[in-house]
Amino acid sequence: MADTVDIEKKEAQTTDGTEHTREVKVYHPAVDIVEKEKEILLTADMPGVDDKSIDITLDKNVLTIYGKVDPNVPQQYQASYVEYGIGDYRRSFTLSEEIDRQRIEATVKNGVLKLVLPKAEAAKAKKIEVRAA
Amino acid sequence: MLLSDLAGLTRGGLTGGPYRWHGISSVQNRLKQMQDEMQGMLSGFTERQLRQYPAINLWTSEEGVLVSAELPGVNADDLDITVVGRTLTLKGTRKAQEPNETDDCCHRRECRYGTFARAIELPYEVEGAKVSAKFDKGVLTLTLPRAEADKPRKINITSN
Repeated sequence: MADTVDIEKKEAQTTDGTEHTREVKVYHPAVDIVEKEKEILLTADMPGVDDKSIDITLDKNVLTIYGKVDPNVPQQYQASYVEYGIGDYRRSFTLSEEIDRQRIEATVKNGVLKLVLPKAEAAKAKKIEVRAA
Repeated sequence: MLLSDLAGLTRGGLTGGPYRWHGISSVQNRLKQMQDEMQGMLSGFTERQLRQYPAINLWTSEEGVLVSAELPGVNADDLDITVVGRTLTLKGTRKAQEPNETDDCCHRRECRYGTFARAIELPYEVEGAKVSAKFDKGVLTLTLPRAEADKPRKINITSN
């Protein structure tokens, strides 16, 4: 019950000073990035997003995830206590050369995006045999 | 404390001619102390709000209450919602993805896993049997209709 983690959603920053066309807030989703032997797993918490409202683009080596959230303000109700804001999600990552761009897979379940970024064959760790001369 | 300090100062000021500096500084100290206490109380309040998980939004109307919470990665089966009187309790677990192997390297760990519990006091008595819950895309929405007995009643005026 005594949670000590800051759960405030962070708003995403536009680096190039551009503005959003839609009048909604854009948040920075919380992510986990785990590197395994053959792949890198990226998990992003994006509640309110499903497979239809998510956009993943890979431009050169920048991977951008964008999740659109339906604000869905209930009718006939008045907001009387607000702890979290509702808005879209956006976050960009720079991929290294070692990712196999053709085989990136993405799934969304319960508002969590999972991306599997497989490492290219060349980048996988190779064991070098040492022979006695 | 403060009142007696002030009284002391006024008396000193009126009867003793020039102000006694230690009197003023003690009032100043006291004011500073009060200010600090106030700030401490306020910051404690906002911090506690930020730290409770999950964060909730609450909407009200005369007919009832609507509570929503963002619970990404939680399965509906792992959620436990109870309403007792005016207290709504949300409990649940978000299971960690898979046991981490030793050679895995975590670059970022920002998502939350594990169990959580939160109790919320509702503004009205609610009809426990009519509470409905929807869990979609990691967002929980609870509709809690207001108890009949608790609804505002229009009072008709009869004139002779």
